[in-house]
Amino acid sequence: MESQIAEHTAQLPQVGEPRNPGMELDLDWALGVEANTSAIERRCATLPGRRSVKKDYQAAWLLKAITLIDLTTLSGDDTAGRVRRLCAKARQPVRADLLKALDMGPITTGAVCVYHDMIETAVSALDGSGIPVAAVSTGFPGGLSPFHLRLAEIEESVKASAKEIDIVISRRHVLSGNWQALYDEMKAFREACGDAHVKAILATGELGTLRNVARASLICMMAGADFIKTSTGKESVNATLPVSLVMIRAIRDYHERTGYRVGYKPAGGISKAKDALVYLSLMKDELGDRWLQPDLFRFGASSLLGDIERQLEHHVTGAYSAGYRHALA
Amino acid sequence: MTVKEIFETMDYGPAPESAADALAWLVDQGARFGHFINGEFTSPADGFDSKNPANGETLATLSQASQDDVDGAVAAARKAQGKWAALGGAGRARYIYAIARLMQKHARLFAVLETLDNGKPIRESRDIDVPLAQRHFYYHAGMAQLMESELPDREALGVCGQIIPWNFPLLMLAWKVAPAIAMGNTVVLKPAEYTSLTALLFADICRQAGLPKGVVNIVTGDGAVGEMIVNADVDKIAFTGSTAVGRKIREATAGSGKALTLELGGKSPYIVFDDADIDSAIEGLVDAIWFNQGQVCCAGSRLLVQEGIADRFHDKLRARMDKLRVGNPLDKCIDVGAIVDPVQLNTISEMVAANTAGKVHQARVDMPEGGCFYPPTLVEGLAPSDALMQEEIFGPVLVSTTFRTPGEAVELANNTRYGLAATVWTENVNLALDIAPKLVAGVVWVNATNLFDAAAGFGGTRESGFGREGGWEGLSAYTKPKTKTKPLEKLIGFAGEGAPVDAVDRTAKLYIGGKQARPDGGYSKAVYGKSGALLGHVGLGNRKDVRNAVEAAAGAKSWSKTTGHLRAQILYYIGENLSARAAEFADRIDAMTGKKSGADEVEASIQRLFTAAAWADKYDGQAHGVPIRGVALAMKEAVGVIGAVCADEAPLLGLVSVMAPAMAMGNRVVLAASETYPLAATDFYQVLDTSDVPAGVVNILTGSHAELAAPMASHLNLDAVWSFSSTDLSAEIEKASAGNLKRTWVNNATAMDWSTDQTRRFLEAGTEVKNIWIPYGE
Repeated sequence: MESQIAEHTAQLPQVGEPRNPGMELDLDWALGVEANTSAIERRCATLPGRRSVKKDYQAAWLLKAITLIDLTTLSGDDTAGRVRRLCAKARQPVRADLLKALDMGPITTGAVCVYHDMIETAVSALDGSGIPVAAVSTGFPGGLSPFHLRLAEIEESVKASAKEIDIVISRRHVLSGNWQALYDEMKAFREACGDAHVKAILATGELGTLRNVARASLICMMAGADFIKTSTGKESVNATLPVSLVMIRAIRDYHERTGYRVGYKPAGGISKAKDALVYLSLMKDELGDRWLQPDLFRFGASSLLGDIERQLEHHVTGAYSAGYRHALA
Repeated sequence: MTVKEIFETMDYGPAPESAADALAWLVDQGARFGHFINGEFTSPADGFDSKNPANGETLATLSQASQDDVDGAVAAARKAQGKWAALGGAGRARYIYAIARLMQKHARLFAVLETLDNGKPIRESRDIDVPLAQRHFYYHAGMAQLMESELPDREALGVCGQIIPWNFPLLMLAWKVAPAIAMGNTVVLKPAEYTSLTALLFADICRQAGLPKGVVNIVTGDGAVGEMIVNADVDKIAFTGSTAVGRKIREATAGSGKALTLELGGKSPYIVFDDADIDSAIEGLVDAIWFNQGQVCCAGSRLLVQEGIADRFHDKLRARMDKLRVGNPLDKCIDVGAIVDPVQLNTISEMVAANTAGKVHQARVDMPEGGCFYPPTLVEGLAPSDALMQEEIFGPVLVSTTFRTPGEAVELANNTRYGLAATVWTENVNLALDIAPKLVAGVVWVNATNLFDAAAGFGGTRESGFGREGGWEGLSAYTKPKTKTKPLEKLIGFAGEGAPVDAVDRTAKLYIGGKQARPDGGYSKAVYGKSGALLGHVGLGNRKDVRNAVEAAAGAKSWSKTTGHLRAQILYYIGENLSARAAEFADRIDAMTGKKSGADEVEASIQRLFTAAAWADKYDGQAHGVPIRGVALAMKEAVGVIGAVCADEAPLLGLVSVMAPAMAMGNRVVLAASETYPLAATDFYQVLDTSDVPAGVVNILTGSHAELAAPMASHLNLDAVWSFSSTDLSAEIEKASAGNLKRTWVNNATAMDWSTDQTRRFLEAGTEVKNIWIPYGE
């Protein structure tokens, strides 16, 4: 039983790795970062042509991708029933016969991600599975509620047994160049999280430039973020490859300088198995294999799983699959 | 490995592109190929095997062309050319469009065949070579369509002999064939012997497109076949390949009247300033020196990094290198494929092994067993004096050094005999746009590298060759002005024994560096009028006077940096001062020529000065519409220092017609005055002296054209040499120009009509197009 817990909780970053303690704000570093948009776009545009995984490798990579998914529901009409259904899917994301055909043991998604009010339901539905519950917080998605309430929201969610807190940063601090304020805010959020690990949502679609994304990424890591995450899924532009490249290069620099590994979570807009494979290649090539595990990489996605299931069935049977052959989330 | 194991290791597995269709195509062709002559494949003859460098397997047997084959191909091309040109641009456009379409329809077959034959990664042939080749045909279908309306004064050259290298077999074919046939030429093309297969597939495409017989002819074979083409009855040779071979071709075609364009080697600088996006600059190096295994003439092979970031940059670079994947070129998941041939692999290995300087890092990657592979290599911390910093390696080997200031970066970058391409990384637009024009190169990429498109010309300066391929600027390589030429006889001056016409002796000197100078040799010759009267003496310039004049011209660098407006003002001023002395110049010309045309010649000379002045600030470059978010600025830059042997028959107009447009574009000139009638030129330097012309911009020598042309043509610091002399020096000049591959323009013993304004031709010859690619976006 103990070993089972260890296996499951390995999804949390602080287990396999020393947790990023943060550091003093180093503005020289953060503001010295450059991000050349055209060059970054070129790298991203050519990556899918440079990397390809086929056959068994593709199946294995897709299974890996499933274990990296933060299966998410963040809707105003979420109910306990809906969340329980999602949790059930998190426990059994792939049809057993497909896993058997691939000679794979059981797998689960990386986490389940919900609003605060759904934590309790999710925690009880996932009891014994080892799957952590992540809660979006701090006035998600806008992050504009009173600061003390945002801190209190984190504390409430931690109290309700959320193991991961996805906070949103104040975009206005970035847009107005108030880097100290961004650092202080993130630091306060991190402290409020206590042992729960904190994912900093940058809402990159609202930061205006890739340079701002790079700076905000570094500053959030300096303030102790365990993960940096692209988006809430509610912005008009969510995770993109160029934004991801900028953020993971920031993670690489942070690791080179401090020795601490920070995780990465692209969220929103990743709905195809093929996209997931490209993201995995990007992580593998730019950061290394260590970042292909759930403690350092997650997909924030809701419809991605369905497409992966269809691709896996195709791999097993050779016939293209249909959505209704796989269990609904 | 099982799925479960892969799930843990997360390795990339093999992802091979199937070779089946390409191999089947080869089998369908009998795996033996003849030549494509006059629209048909000849029977296969004795020849050589074409091998897959990744595994050494023979793909097909190719024929070595004989002299008869080459003659047959040239005859077919000659026969087809008139009709092909007469078909008109719109008619040609349809065929070229059809070729582009067919290439697109067979895109994957081309890509796989290219990779099998050359060893380049399938990603590159699929995503870069083949689409770009198609693009060249589409683009030039459009150029054919527009030829009559946009180039009304130009016509086809005739038959073009084209010799292409093995590094981009199909793409180089496209760069050569598309503009040539668009402009109404026909071609005889020889692919490299290592990599002829896609050219043969292209021949088949031409047949499918219904291209008239003889328009495109393809002969296969080694360098001996190339020599046969160079010596054949063709009107033009276009060559892409090594500088050594380019030099031989320059010598071989000297004096033949064949037009020539050369796209040769390079050692292109890749400059990274401390404010660059470092990760992107490193990724750029992957596309610079590990693209096509570094077997790229314009590869950014010489890394120059600003000192303050050098350590961090090299650390990151080594880490990036270790992530490269070297292997089966048909694998869709590899970055670096096979070196084209064991011979090339050997050359690379030996060059690296011979180097003892710097710190070598070879990528710590799995290398395939067998086949022609070389690991990505970095040689860090070299000095310009190290051989590997100067010599082209043509393999996946990057060399690096550091610099302190932008000025030093430019100095290091330009410290090379080559001048093909350059790359600049900085986030500072002021810096980028300041540096790009200072780099001696035909192409400059800002925050990017190895960007190509049919709409932007590609080609080099210095020993990287001359001519451009692509864009409007590329069309001049396949067209000529519609002019009728007349032979030019050697013009002999008058002899005499008469008394001097001047009451007081006047001593005409050479004009060097803004000063009158006595000839180094201390010899003079007399100039007589028609009646035998002594008009005066001129100095006999020799090679040392040429040396001094070139040195003065080279020193007058700042002229090239002046504004067009200023150059216009000075040219107008020369015209004004010449006009004030018009009668005196007219009399002088009449006295020397014994004719009455002096007044007209002076008037025409004033007109040429005004026309050149008018153009000085109007000969604009272009912003090419390349398919990126950004621009390719085609800047027209001065060639540099031009040596010109001026016309004998028009002593003032011949000189001014050359000098004025060259000056207008920012060149400095060394002019050999009319040998027969030199005194107008020596009078003229007084006009220059009073017209604010900076010292060294114009230098005038007198004496024997043959004597002066030889040291000019061989001078390694002259960028171009032109000859309009009535002494036919064309062969000597072109041959000697091979030393530094200077641009030449010689008359091949034909006359120029100096009375008509041909300023545009001089503007074109006095400039080179530099394409500066500037992607943008925040």
